[in-house]
Amino acid sequence: MTATVVTITSGKGGVGKTTTTANVGVALAAEGLKVVCIDADIGLRNLDVVLGLENRIVYDLVDAIEGRCRLRQAMIRDKRLPELYLIPAAQTRDKSAVSPSDMVRLCDELRPDFDWILIDSPAGIERGFRNAIAPADIVLVVTNPEVSAVRDADRIIGLVEAEEKGPPRLVINRVNTHMVKRGDMLAATDVLELLAIELVGLVPEDESVVVSTNRGLPVVLDGKLKVGQAFANIALRLKGETVAFTELDVKSDFLHRLSKMLRAGGE
Amino acid sequence: MLVAKRVTVQVKGVGDGLVVLLGEGEWQEVQRALFAHIEERQSFFSGAKVALDVGNRILYAGDMGTLRDRLADRGVSLWAVIGNSPTTESTAQMLGLATRLSTPKSERAASRNLDSFLEGESAILLQRTLRSGFKVSFSGHVVVVGDVNPGAEIVASGSVVVWGCLRGVVHAGAEGNEQAVVCALDLTPTQLRIAGNISVAPKRKGKIQPEMVRVHEGQVVAEPWHPKEGGR
Repeated sequence: MTATVVTITSGKGGVGKTTTTANVGVALAAEGLKVVCIDADIGLRNLDVVLGLENRIVYDLVDAIEGRCRLRQAMIRDKRLPELYLIPAAQTRDKSAVSPSDMVRLCDELRPDFDWILIDSPAGIERGFRNAIAPADIVLVVTNPEVSAVRDADRIIGLVEAEEKGPPRLVINRVNTHMVKRGDMLAATDVLELLAIELVGLVPEDESVVVSTNRGLPVVLDGKLKVGQAFANIALRLKGETVAFTELDVKSDFLHRLSKMLRAGGE
Repeated sequence: MLVAKRVTVQVKGVGDGLVVLLGEGEWQEVQRALFAHIEERQSFFSGAKVALDVGNRILYAGDMGTLRDRLADRGVSLWAVIGNSPTTESTAQMLGLATRLSTPKSERAASRNLDSFLEGESAILLQRTLRSGFKVSFSGHVVVVGDVNPGAEIVASGSVVVWGCLRGVVHAGAEGNEQAVVCALDLTPTQLRIAGNISVAPKRKGKIQPEMVRVHEGQVVAEPWHPKEGGR
């Protein structure tokens, strides 16, 4: 087994990096794949809460890197999905506790034992971001269909390209279906046109995400929800499967334009 | 002279930062010399803003990124890389580093005979999309084959031609040339300047068409771009 390292990043905060990491991680693990999620947001850890594993943390990422524990000891196994592990961030330290080469070393150590390593990047373009993308094979950029988030995503894509990581892939999160139906949200196509990278996820806005985050139960575990399906589809596309973008069930000009865009992009 | 040949590292202060001049030699050797120099004077360098002058050396993103991280580990923030090679310069720009000190006319500029000979006539071709945070400053014309996204910036002493969407900030004729023009296939810049004139793109009416912007009787005017007619 040689794991693929996927870093989930965004530039702007609050667009859904952690939610995406948790849900894609759960979706991959539900397919029977061995997955480890690493929270690289040292000092502001969240991923443990979203995955509902907060009360089981003993050692964290910084402990493992500084040799206070073995790597295995810092890995928390999810009770619902035995193939899913979490390496939490330290809450009492800051980004400077880890260097990009530490992250590369850590991932190299994990690679033989896993299929997927997901890294939840902190917001920003500083040290924490560089730590998170250093070991990445694939970079997922999460954005919302709004101008400020897209601007930051664009900057991030430029930085990822400068690090010679190849073009990142895009997740557009919190697309408001009502606004799409009204024809008010052309944003998703505009987003894609501006950023011009491969789209792997289109996630509708849904209040149940907030509820599930608070309870520590990723929405993807609820098979009935459309938003859960959207996250599951991201996992499938990462695995290399072709899944049509049916997340937004609206027969509108929007989808037509989108499919036209996708064809144009995939020349 | 009986001095053993070793790599030189010179440091001088400018404004609120330091300029470090790297001598000739193997890149590994030069780096070693640089870090030895920094370690000897740790308290001096800690927290410093440093511009590196790498001379004719060609640096790629991997080398420069690693160097920046290693410097950051020692509390030194790299904000500029100055060099003679265009490759080094574009690498620095890709990493979001400055490529010149704020004093525009350095001694180095004087030594660039070729550039000054071609001043106003030379052009650079950028075959990529300029994303947010990317800045190009060039003494001459700038041609972009790709888009210029919002948050990206082009400053040229000559004209700017974009074979794609121009949505960022563009400044043509930056040294006062009112004859400079800006052309793009889809022209909706955040802000457009020609010499001392500033304009903001109006809301688009009608369909997208190539446009050319120039200064006409003190006004910034946009008109359909028909390359055959040759502009100015």
